[in-house]
Amino acid sequence: MIQLSSVRRVFELGGHSVHALREIDLEVPAGEYLSVMGPSGSGKSTLLNILGCLDRPTAGSYRLDGDEVGRLDETVLSHIRGHRIGFVFQSFHLVPRLTAFANVELPMVFAGVARGERAERVERALRAVGLLERADHRPAQLSGGERQRVAIARAVVMGPKVLLADEPTGNLDSVSGGEVIALLERMNAEGLTLIVVTHDLALGSRARRHVRMADGAVIEDSARSRGAGPGPRASLPSGDGA
Amino acid sequence: MNPADLVRFSAEALTGHRLRAGLSLLGVAIGVSSVILLTSLGEGARVYVTGEFSSLGTNLLIIEPGRNETTGGSTIGGTGVTRDLTLEDALSLRRRVPRLRFVAPIAAGQVSARYGERERVVIVVGTTADYAPLRGVHMRSGRYLPKGETALGQRVCVLGPKLEQALFAGENAVGKLVRLGDERFRVVGVWSPRGVSLGRDFDENAHVPVAAGMRMFDSSGLSEIDADVTSHDQIEPARTAVLAVLKERHEGVEDATVVTQGSIVGSLTRILAILTAALAGIAAVSLSVAGIGIMNVMLVSVSERTGEVGLLKALGVTRAQVVAAFLVEAAILSTAGGMVGAGFGYAGARAVQTLYPAFPMFPPDWAVALALLVSVSVGLVFGVLPAWRASRLDPVAALSRR
Repeated sequence: MIQLSSVRRVFELGGHSVHALREIDLEVPAGEYLSVMGPSGSGKSTLLNILGCLDRPTAGSYRLDGDEVGRLDETVLSHIRGHRIGFVFQSFHLVPRLTAFANVELPMVFAGVARGERAERVERALRAVGLLERADHRPAQLSGGERQRVAIARAVVMGPKVLLADEPTGNLDSVSGGEVIALLERMNAEGLTLIVVTHDLALGSRARRHVRMADGAVIEDSARSRGAGPGPRASLPSGDGA
Repeated sequence: MNPADLVRFSAEALTGHRLRAGLSLLGVAIGVSSVILLTSLGEGARVYVTGEFSSLGTNLLIIEPGRNETTGGSTIGGTGVTRDLTLEDALSLRRRVPRLRFVAPIAAGQVSARYGERERVVIVVGTTADYAPLRGVHMRSGRYLPKGETALGQRVCVLGPKLEQALFAGENAVGKLVRLGDERFRVVGVWSPRGVSLGRDFDENAHVPVAAGMRMFDSSGLSEIDADVTSHDQIEPARTAVLAVLKERHEGVEDATVVTQGSIVGSLTRILAILTAALAGIAAVSLSVAGIGIMNVMLVSVSERTGEVGLLKALGVTRAQVVAAFLVEAAILSTAGGMVGAGFGYAGARAVQTLYPAFPMFPPDWAVALALLVSVSVGLVFGVLPAWRASRLDPVAALSRR
């Protein structure tokens, strides 16, 4: 459960105050499928960074499962990022020297998970994204879609409650983009809260709930405007079926 | 996080920039191997020199004119006028200090030696019959200098085998007359080859009776008096007795120095130990240069891997873990460099030994241990700044890079 109230984020840039977020109020219940849309500079990435505990609000309150995140110290925030939140990035952010297996294993290595258990969980995660047989390939030997699926496996391997995806299909062609979206939606269907930031209308409109941002403020939230129901759910390309 | 996993992660990170890592590793290796080689040289010099001095004879006392706190060097001390050691001093030491087994006055100098058409500039040592047992001179043919005080001025001489060869070219020298300086001396004997000692070839010298030598060099004093005792524990009492006799003979002024082999070796050992430490210090400078090389490589690595650091933070890796990962990476580099350098050092020492078997070239254990320890700490110390930088990277900014 995510609760933002009156969240503001102000950057000081060369003596100017840039209001990236102004008075954001947002509540995201567990299991939600939410898209955040808006032009670049609208504050959607800043919002995502705050939701992911990579950044802190300048003012206001962010409660994650009841914990007031703004008051927690850096080490606790690291723990939250490691255990409760998964990230999926537009540019994948796989470590190029590591195999797919080692990339998925990475968060568990630093979290101190025992070796035997790590192998088991990596296999499960790679099987879930249909890439078990590519486990010993390095990112350079994988296609874009495969790389993003490895990144998703890495994002969920620690068993987070929330998955934050920043333009997850931005670097992909439409076929592999579709596969990645299908994968993310399947994980949402299994109970994971999914928040997708995008300026791709087609992608954003697939979510159950849409938030539209401009100039650091939420200008439209489908959960509040009664008229707009859940977005149209077009037929999906079926999952990768591995 | 498991330490083994940390080391594995950091070691794998090094494979991402092999050439740069290899070059900075080489820097440390050169630093460590130069520490090892230079200290081996210093230690080798110490062992070599003390070995050479031991070959002089262990119970030797060398009495020199002048009062010096150290061995050798200037004879003008703080006591004012220095008197020469005279032949009479030597003769009276012989009579009055019974602990001394052999006493040989020495007046040495360089003159030209001639036989027929052949001429050489040689070192002539004016001494007595006691010199032969003192310095381990054994005769190959003829006999050594005659004994007794009446023989001190005789014009006889004993030649080293190389000098004999140089002047007589295979002829037997014994019984022949040879010109030394302005006088002619009869050759009474030739000693067996004795070899090089402290870089001087003893076998090229000639020995004459001491008074004849002083006449030859036109000198009223001796350059030194050599003496020995029968056992090592006699050295100190003998030294005291010698100084007492000379003080009495020199009107109460203590103006002579007794140098024992122990004191020579002691001061040489001190000097060479300082030399070794200085060499190690110079080599250590190259290690710190290598450390800067590591820091440079690590800084480049951090800035190249900004995106990775951002990712690690997003994955829940703490600041302390980021610091640890980069520190371990630097330490692996410098430790590996240290080990490669130790290998180079031992190989180099082995090579020098093969080329110059007479020179003892052993890397001292303390230097090897110290060099390895320093190389590990070089990585840790010079890795701190890059690691700290990496840990302070803002994850949002770091992730947006690349």
